[in-house]
Amino acid sequence: MTEMEIVKFFAGLFILLGAFLSLVTAFGLIRLPDVYTRNHAASKSATMGVMLVLLGTFLYFWLIEHHFNSRLLLGVLFIFLTSPVAGHLIARAAYNSGVKLSDRTVQDDLAKARKKMKAEGQLK
Amino acid sequence: MFEAVLWISVTFISLAMIGLIYRVIKGPTVADRVVALDAIGISLVSVIALVSIVLETSAFLDIILLIGILAFIGTVAFSKFLEKGVIMEYDRNGNR
Repeated sequence: MTEMEIVKFFAGLFILLGAFLSLVTAFGLIRLPDVYTRNHAASKSATMGVMLVLLGTFLYFWLIEHHFNSRLLLGVLFIFLTSPVAGHLIARAAYNSGVKLSDRTVQDDLAKARKKMKAEGQLK
Repeated sequence: MFEAVLWISVTFISLAMIGLIYRVIKGPTVADRVVALDAIGISLVSVIALVSIVLETSAFLDIILLIGILAFIGTVAFSKFLEKGVIMEYDRNGNR
């Protein structure tokens, strides 16, 4: 009985932390000023949150229901691999399609690099 | 106790999805909407995991992988469309 309680405590802790990180993601997307900072919020805390929730679910099904579900681990691995790639692709597409940075941004290194490449004739 | 934690988590994720839907509707640019849609897909995965714990079944756990793959492919297609105007180009050299 007590082992069940311990397992349930840790699974519930992971799930609660993951749900809290999802809420942090939503606050980031609502409050942050431009698409690049929002993308930062969405691609980091959402990934960590869903990985924690899936880990808690995996522990619950493995130790309470005695059902080792390898697809949950595969889902954790897949989301861990693909979510940063998706975030990078959206940010690059936004920059190349001309979305403006926020007014409070102080540094844009990519603009300088692109100007230099354009002067050397490597970029169109 | 564990049941209460599950319902609190479902409430948190639902509130987060409401906030993300606000960003999908309002978002000034298309890139904002794509970011929010990607985050909604990721949140849907955790909702499905919690629902399968509440209903005490492992039948929904295959859907997690499916939705993860579909969200990733959708995001990649949207960002290629934003950047180039096409999703799959015909030319092998990259210039349309």
